[in-house]
Amino acid sequence: MELLDILLSASFWAAAIRIASPLIFATIGELICERAGVLNLGIEGIMVAGAFAGWISVWAGLPLWGGVAVALIVGMAFGLLHSVLSVPFGLSQHVVGVGITLLATSVTFYTYRVVLPEVSSPPKIEAFQPFEIPLFSDIPLLGPALFSQTPLTYAAFVMAGLTAFVLFRTPLGLAVRAAGENPSAVAAQGLSVTAIRMGAVIVGSGLMAVGGAFLTMSAFDSFFFDMVGGRGWICIALVVFGAWRPGKALLGAILFAAFDALQIRVQQASLGTVIPYQIFLMMPYVLSILALVLMSRSAQVPAALMVPFNKGTR
Amino acid sequence: MSALETGAERADPVLRMQGITKRFGSVTANEDISFSLHKGEVIALLGENGAGKTTLMNILFGQYSADKGVVEAFGTPLPAGAPRAALDAGVGMVHQHFTLADNLTVWENIALGTQELGAFSLRPARVKAKTRDLSARFHLTVDPDARVGALTVGERQRVEILKALYREAKVLILDEPTAVLTPQETDALFATLREAISMGLSIVFISHKLHEVMAIAHRVLVLRHGRLVAEREIGDTNAEELASIMVGGEVRAPEVPALPAGPALLTLTGATAGVLQDVDLTLNAGQITGIAGVSGNGQGALSDLISGVLTLQSGEMQIAGQTPTHWDARTAIAHGVGRIPEDRHKAGTIADFDLTENAILETYQTDFSRAGWMDWTKARRHTEHLIQTYDVRCPGPDTPIRLLSGGNMQKLILGRVLEENPQIIVANQPVRGLDIGAVNYVHSRLAAARESGSAILLISEDLDEIMKLSDKIHVISEGRLSPAFLRGALSVAEIGKWMAGQGFAHAS
Amino acid sequence: MRLEPISQPSLQRRLLPPTLAILASFAIAALLAQIAGGNPFAVFDLIFKGALGSKFALLETLNRATPLIFTGLAVAVAFRAKLWNIGAEAQLYAGAVITVVLGTGALAWPAPVLLPTLAIGAALAGAIVLLIPAMLKTRFGVDEVVTTLLFNFIFLLFVSYLLEGPLKDPMGMGWPKSARLIPEARLPRIVEGLRLHWGFALALICAVVVWVIDRKTTLGFEMRAVGQNPEAAAFAGIPVAKVILKTALLSGGLAAMGGFSEVAGLKGSLTLDLSPGFGYTGIVVAMLALLNPLGVVAAALFVAIIFVGADSMSRAIGVPTYLADIMLASALLLMVLAILFTKFRVRRD
Repeated sequence: MELLDILLSASFWAAAIRIASPLIFATIGELICERAGVLNLGIEGIMVAGAFAGWISVWAGLPLWGGVAVALIVGMAFGLLHSVLSVPFGLSQHVVGVGITLLATSVTFYTYRVVLPEVSSPPKIEAFQPFEIPLFSDIPLLGPALFSQTPLTYAAFVMAGLTAFVLFRTPLGLAVRAAGENPSAVAAQGLSVTAIRMGAVIVGSGLMAVGGAFLTMSAFDSFFFDMVGGRGWICIALVVFGAWRPGKALLGAILFAAFDALQIRVQQASLGTVIPYQIFLMMPYVLSILALVLMSRSAQVPAALMVPFNKGTR
Repeated sequence: MSALETGAERADPVLRMQGITKRFGSVTANEDISFSLHKGEVIALLGENGAGKTTLMNILFGQYSADKGVVEAFGTPLPAGAPRAALDAGVGMVHQHFTLADNLTVWENIALGTQELGAFSLRPARVKAKTRDLSARFHLTVDPDARVGALTVGERQRVEILKALYREAKVLILDEPTAVLTPQETDALFATLREAISMGLSIVFISHKLHEVMAIAHRVLVLRHGRLVAEREIGDTNAEELASIMVGGEVRAPEVPALPAGPALLTLTGATAGVLQDVDLTLNAGQITGIAGVSGNGQGALSDLISGVLTLQSGEMQIAGQTPTHWDARTAIAHGVGRIPEDRHKAGTIADFDLTENAILETYQTDFSRAGWMDWTKARRHTEHLIQTYDVRCPGPDTPIRLLSGGNMQKLILGRVLEENPQIIVANQPVRGLDIGAVNYVHSRLAAARESGSAILLISEDLDEIMKLSDKIHVISEGRLSPAFLRGALSVAEIGKWMAGQGFAHAS
Repeated sequence: MRLEPISQPSLQRRLLPPTLAILASFAIAALLAQIAGGNPFAVFDLIFKGALGSKFALLETLNRATPLIFTGLAVAVAFRAKLWNIGAEAQLYAGAVITVVLGTGALAWPAPVLLPTLAIGAALAGAIVLLIPAMLKTRFGVDEVVTTLLFNFIFLLFVSYLLEGPLKDPMGMGWPKSARLIPEARLPRIVEGLRLHWGFALALICAVVVWVIDRKTTLGFEMRAVGQNPEAAAFAGIPVAKVILKTALLSGGLAAMGGFSEVAGLKGSLTLDLSPGFGYTGIVVAMLALLNPLGVVAAALFVAIIFVGADSMSRAIGVPTYLADIMLASALLLMVLAILFTKFRVRRD
């Protein structure tokens, strides 16, 4: 009964949507990269960099949306670096991605120490506040859960919809999907595979960084070193779970976040005294692995994912 | 476009290539090639593999830029290395390896790259309507909403042609378009091409099949070793002359004298595995058994099955009268099966391994190691022996194999197989992509193995190769195998019917 | 742009790009040090003095290099077979956990018996930790990069649970910390009075053993074949899945030996901060070594110099130690690019 009470409470679903938001941004970002044929393992580090960049910009005086823009640009810069190495030079996407994560993380921590050398605890900012959408927020259960969130959460949903539209309804999206399936089809039609793939990685990386920024600017109001804590890797699992479709990925992120919100509540409730809290904290990672195993038989993976394209190699 | 509008002047070419030269490192792929194409004309580009046909067309189409020379379409020079410019000028290419995305629909593949990337809609209705219209006009039946991954090879080629027509191509380049077709499908393609010519299109037809060239072309250009060695009006030449120009007086193919069939070394009875269905096959000692068919009809599964890469789902396989209890690649090798794989780059060799490592890939455990320790001295000696015996041209056994030409790579694989004195040899497309010298070398080695009593399975999509070398022939279609026919028992047309699956309907 | 393979690269062709990559990573670090207000020359001077300037510093550097040799070998072995093991961190902790479980009194054996037992036990534990993602790869085709990464988080939480529960030191005043190893379970120092333990020697031995496996045994041949072209390896009859699993056992075992060496040689007990990311740094070490097992030793020493030196530099002039991490991450990226340029040249077409 306790479980049912939790599942029927608006605050539970509001929390789930809040937890899902950064995952939605980053998952959509990763999805765009993978649809074009590039696995972006820089995601974890780019989220760290985005979390820091957005937060520190606001701390330094920029408006909140200005901070989001800075995070976006920082993410795109790391995306540019990733794409130069992985697309025209065709280097191992595994190694480049891990390298980008190490680089983005260490640059972030270094900058933090340089900008804030003496602080013992990081300063707080005025984070995004919930914005109740008139009328909709009055709907029972759904209203408080979906329509009393911060603007950045709404942006995450809009971004997922926009990505689906661009991917499946526009010539640009068609080119991206073709680049991930058979790059020579793109080249034969006179389009540049290199430009399309690089563009996808840059845009996708920007979204990952905004996902990171959500943590410091909407979910919390400050920056901690381990705050991303593997969310990037979870998003990679979510892309697979969502079968490379933005809509399914969005639902996957919400489902996943709901599990996460649930484990927090169960942990606080009676069970938490019996089961070690570490078991609960493991759940997101275990669930991600399970999702990967479950979806492993589906054949929807873009055929040219992780396959570099070199025209005219003899 | 000006030339087209003043169209009556036959003298103005729609396409002109002048003094094209292209080198890759030290290899000259094209040397000073010039030709022009006129409205309503079909020219055939004839030449062996590696003669420079594909490079020339890739330059024309802007995939490569030439070191020297100019390309003009309708009197306007095309900028080098810009496929977009070639497409915009009305040059369309139908690639040998289709450039289609399997997870997209037919109309999406056709629309790809034809619209402004900044546009907000794909206008599916318009694309589909125009596609249907073109389908009807050129007899290229295909459902615009079908997913390309679900289409047959013939249908995919239609999509490939439709892509070019959709862009209003006035010049069509077809690179080895019949390699993947049955004789009947080839006839249908030719009908479409004739239709296109009557509508004022011009065609460059790349092939090494002489009878097709004689059937469709008005004019023939013959390339050899990157040079244009002859240009003939079709009425002034014949297949024999073209053949001798094409190969340039090099050694002819080996003769295969008739031999009495030896004992059955391998039999398949009702074998079902992968796409193979209920296949009966006997390989006799001292015979070459040829498998004819359009690629992708189960040849891979058949070769994988005998090679030990695929296992039987039902039916029986006997090796020299015995049924092996367990079947994998190592067991196959141990039972004396020599395997020449279809793709020497993907399955036959490891690109960054040197010749020695590649030479012992199948035998390192049995012959070149003891208790888990490699004997590199012995391995190297063995490789040097192979290099000598099989005439592998290379700097030495320590060279990475990726630096070898296709012919030399294949010679090493051939040596690796033949040195083990295999009872049974599976040769899947053993000469694909080789020049005529290497082709003859491989064929004469296979013929010699046959004479010394090996049972050879020769799989090829080149019907001429099958008919020339095989003692008996099966045709494969959609995973089914025809009965065996002795050499010369079937005409090309009859084989074509089997390839299209018609014989099976009568048989079953 | 087109990449054209170079048929016989000259010595210069093979050495120049990697050298430039290392120099460029120094240049990036210099620039960042400048931004943080440190004179680059002073920074590098302090780094090298801090790592090599005294006997104490040198031994500290060798001690720091020890776990990096283990994780570097683990990654090199796996990457050679294209098994993307990013989970050396978890495997290292697995080795440390077994060392503590067996070495705090459970086995009261004399050192010559106990130490090899602990080392083998640790290696087995690490091997099993990597075997799970490796089996998910061979059975279900699940990308092992993501699973090994996720396992790092899972395993660290597991260690956290152990240190607050079953393995908690009753004398630990409430800190999440294990009991101390018994004296017989401690790796002795190589030279009495010098702070360098036998773990370093063990690491060197492992490097040689891995090199021998790679060059001289059928297993090494199989691992390289599977890594370079699994399809051709399978066609030739090499049991690809089995080889991947063997590689996983070897790789996981090596990383876990690093955990054993850290606990038994240096720390004496297990805490949650046993490894400041040795598993991840092992990737940098392996790539800088071009995946060569002997090169791993040199690369681990180089990386240890940067880390130890950066700590000392940071204490002296306040440029953050993360400078070292940036330098190594950029060295990793530049090195993979440099390797490309040793084999290919860029051509316009």
